[in-house]
Amino acid sequence: MFKGQSTVKKFITYGLICLSLIISDYQFDQMQRIRAWLSLAVTPVQWLVDVPQRSWTWLDERLQVRDELIAENKQLRAKTLLAERRVQKLAALTVENFRLRDLLNSSEQLDEKVTVSELVGINSDPFTHQVIINNGFNSGAFVGQPVLDATGVMGQIISTSAFTSRVLLITDADHAIPVQVNRNGLRTVAYGLGQYDYLELQDLSDTADIEVGDILVSSGLGLRFPKGYPVAQVIEVRHFTGQDFAKVWAKPTAQLDRSRHLLLIETPQQQNLAQQDGN
Amino acid sequence: MVMQRAHNRGVPFITLLAAFMLTALPMPEWVQWGWPEWVLVVFIYWVIALPHRFGLGWAFILGLLLDLLQGNHLGVNALAMVVVTFFTMLMYRRLRMYRSWQQAVVVFFLVAINQCITYWFQGIGSNASSGLWFLLPAPISGLLWLWLFVVLRGIRRAFKVT
Repeated sequence: MFKGQSTVKKFITYGLICLSLIISDYQFDQMQRIRAWLSLAVTPVQWLVDVPQRSWTWLDERLQVRDELIAENKQLRAKTLLAERRVQKLAALTVENFRLRDLLNSSEQLDEKVTVSELVGINSDPFTHQVIINNGFNSGAFVGQPVLDATGVMGQIISTSAFTSRVLLITDADHAIPVQVNRNGLRTVAYGLGQYDYLELQDLSDTADIEVGDILVSSGLGLRFPKGYPVAQVIEVRHFTGQDFAKVWAKPTAQLDRSRHLLLIETPQQQNLAQQDGN
Repeated sequence: MVMQRAHNRGVPFITLLAAFMLTALPMPEWVQWGWPEWVLVVFIYWVIALPHRFGLGWAFILGLLLDLLQGNHLGVNALAMVVVTFFTMLMYRRLRMYRSWQQAVVVFFLVAINQCITYWFQGIGSNASSGLWFLLPAPISGLLWLWLFVVLRGIRRAFKVT
């Protein structure tokens, strides 16, 4: 039979197709769009896998005892009250801030649009820290959009499809985020290491003013992440005699491996940037 | 009769869908490192059992779907699947004769090849590294084969899939 012959030919053909796909995926940005549409094919799998989690939440909500609900309600009311008090103060501060900025002729805009999103999947590949959320370009998500949870910066969107997006977490080994020390404004960059608990600051000189316990907030440089959101807290500073740079490790404040409800932030400049990228 | 045949032809795809779902299942980090390559192992079974139906074309398509599911560079898993399927197709007659532990050893090597290809192509331009831990799914997939082979053979016989 000639079957053996044709298998080898087919093998070479498919191998070459794969190689050219890989190369074009590394080289051309247009592949993003092709991928966005192809991703629709695997969206059902991602939804199906999330079914147990969702149905458990659903059941849990329906089976909760009345007393528990009342107690939870009271607790939430108290929390809201506290939060409202802070918002009141914030309103005054915001107005004051606007006035001061006016005095300085600064044009920086403060309002950001926030969309709430939900986690629908986690990447099963241990080499990458990515999660999948249930907002796609149909609901306004765009590549480069920053993602937060209630306690800090989570990461940024790296690809979108119609109904889901893929978020690269700040702890991924290929991610870096510009930050500054909240206490004194010292600017640096926090690199992911591929571990959920740590970020590393590699570019600080040995004499830099940084201490254990310092809060790192996003610096807004690079125009990706909006300014002033908490990113991490410094947990270890190590100095080496004879070395120019100190080694600093920080723990992300966001609950990267636990949060299910996420916030997508959109600043006006970013929307402009995204449109420029798209063109 | 026709209905019956059409129904049974879909059985391998149902097992593959289950494999995709197992792949996408969220797991704690330490489990992820050893999580077997479900899609590849199930597909290897169907290549050995029904080589006239499952070959390089399906390997390519399933590999692409895996790339999309895992957010890899397009074509990485496809290439690995095509290479592994090619080797499987070269020796499927011999594999059928083997005892199941011998098959498991072969599966170990096939998954190891798959891991090397995906790790290498995905790793270009990336900072992630892990020593040799990326090979951990290979022995575990080999062990899994001993059980999965029995299950899939049972399914194939029960539904008379051809």
